[in-house]
Amino acid sequence: MLRKNWWKILSVACLLYAFIAGFLGGVPVKPILNETIRNLYFHVAMWFCMMIYFIVSVVYSVKYLRNNNQVSDIYALEYAKTGILFGVLGLVTGSVWAKYTWGSFWSNDPKQLGAAIALLIYFAYLVLRNSITDFDKQARIGAVYNIFAFAMLFPTIWIIPRIMESLHPGGMGNPAFNTKDIDARMRVIFWLGAIPGWALLGTWITTLRIRLKFLEEKKLSNA
Amino acid sequence: MHKKIYSISFTIICMLCSFITIAQDSTANKKVEMASAMRSNGKIYVVVTVLVIILSGLAFYVARLDRKISKMEKEMK
Repeated sequence: MLRKNWWKILSVACLLYAFIAGFLGGVPVKPILNETIRNLYFHVAMWFCMMIYFIVSVVYSVKYLRNNNQVSDIYALEYAKTGILFGVLGLVTGSVWAKYTWGSFWSNDPKQLGAAIALLIYFAYLVLRNSITDFDKQARIGAVYNIFAFAMLFPTIWIIPRIMESLHPGGMGNPAFNTKDIDARMRVIFWLGAIPGWALLGTWITTLRIRLKFLEEKKLSNA
Repeated sequence: MHKKIYSISFTIICMLCSFITIAQDSTANKKVEMASAMRSNGKIYVVVTVLVIILSGLAFYVARLDRKISKMEKEMK
């Protein structure tokens, strides 16, 4: 998987489809949102991908605690980093979007706050790791903390924004079952283009980082 | 010399500002403004082209990085 090519090409193909169809395809006509509804393919996709990478990361952290294999730790770390990158991109793009629809870059919306807290918890994961000099301890404490950070995603992203009044669509309910905001045309592009495209691109970048890390380790052990 | 540059740039800024106000006037009508007019001008295609170029550029860059790392891996073996 790490060195196969077909899924990398698939990733770019999906993204090309999302970019072209995303701008030229039809969308529901809505006041306030206007054409910004197309941000769904980009802003929302960032959060979906962040979630995917954090899930992969926590799976590898659990794996590390079970087998003590350094490879699992490297996977967990690099997927968490990519997740953080996508999360930050989601936050920044969301804030730009909010400026032109809700009126300001930051409006203390429960989802904004929840996402920001979740990201801060993940930042702390990197800080914690780097503050420990012993490699085994770094990996072990990092893995335990990563599980905690993942658990914190549930209240901050999945639960609290859904039980509070929010500017985001799907507040006070489940956005996944919401049929009012987007229609079938958008759903096809979102699920067949944007999500697999972005998810695979992030995975590609992560695998590159993992392979680079392996090379570094090899160099260290050879020297 | 400097004064000239200042005055020219000031004029340009004023002109740009006037464009902004014109743009606001034209969008002030109550109808929901979608891209249909922009598409008839063909300008949305400009945006799409720019994004496709950026995406292909990034894909090319990552692909090259991939190849470089593969080469390094071969050398290390």
